[in-house]
Amino acid sequence: MTLQMLVFLVLAAVTVAAAVNVVILRHPIHSAIALIVVMVSLAGVFLTLEAEFIAALQIIVYAGAIMVLFVFVIMLLNAGEEERTNMSRMARYVGVPLAIVLLGELAYQVGAATFSMTAQPAANGAIHGLSMLLFQDFVFPFELTSILILIAILGALVLAQRREGVPAKREQQNVS
Amino acid sequence: MPISYYLALSAVLFGLGAIGFVFRRNIITIFMSIELMLNAVNLAFIAFARAWGQLQGQVFVFFVIVVAAAEAAVGLAIVIVISRNRHSLNVERINLLKL
Repeated sequence: MTLQMLVFLVLAAVTVAAAVNVVILRHPIHSAIALIVVMVSLAGVFLTLEAEFIAALQIIVYAGAIMVLFVFVIMLLNAGEEERTNMSRMARYVGVPLAIVLLGELAYQVGAATFSMTAQPAANGAIHGLSMLLFQDFVFPFELTSILILIAILGALVLAQRREGVPAKREQQNVS
Repeated sequence: MPISYYLALSAVLFGLGAIGFVFRRNIITIFMSIELMLNAVNLAFIAFARAWGQLQGQVFVFFVIVVAAAEAAVGLAIVIVISRNRHSLNVERINLLKL
């Protein structure tokens, strides 16, 4: 077993264990922390695939901004544990086995397929090649994403602000 | 290191995200399962970018990360508004268009 295979197996085991925790754990804050572990270990897998820029982007943007937003919203809404209700019979006896079959089937079919791999990393390093692509061939989508982020900021602001008159009216109705 | 190992990991993560999306009832956990599926797809893109020696896969992962950030912001704003009106984060209780 080469060192590369060992590193990949350790990272993959951590990723899958944390992903199972995201799905299984009851409290959303525990799922959020498990998802952060998934993202950081995926950044490690990206590093073994020679995608250094994307690995750094994953940690800074995904784990460092998006998941922090999730954690803030969970704390803001004071989300509690999911209540324990029994699954319907269809979900328990048909759904869960089918889900396990789905996972096994996906992993087997994808893992057993053989792809011819022409392994040539980029000549000047990934960052140089990535920036050449991003600013020459893909400059139009790149500028569009900046407009997309602006629209998302405006949308989130407009959605989450409290309207001026609504809380006062509700208090009046409660009192009278 | 055959590329299919990375793709098998991506497939397992995607399946787990899909399972969490279908079985969980808390809206925020459903969002996090969606993010898990997006991460699995990112891994598949990076694996293929390495296999074919091209970098377009990494460019696409860049855009997926940006779009996921925008989607998380707007989606969580919607969740805040819904929970303010319904006082519940259980998707089975959010079943009426008008209170």
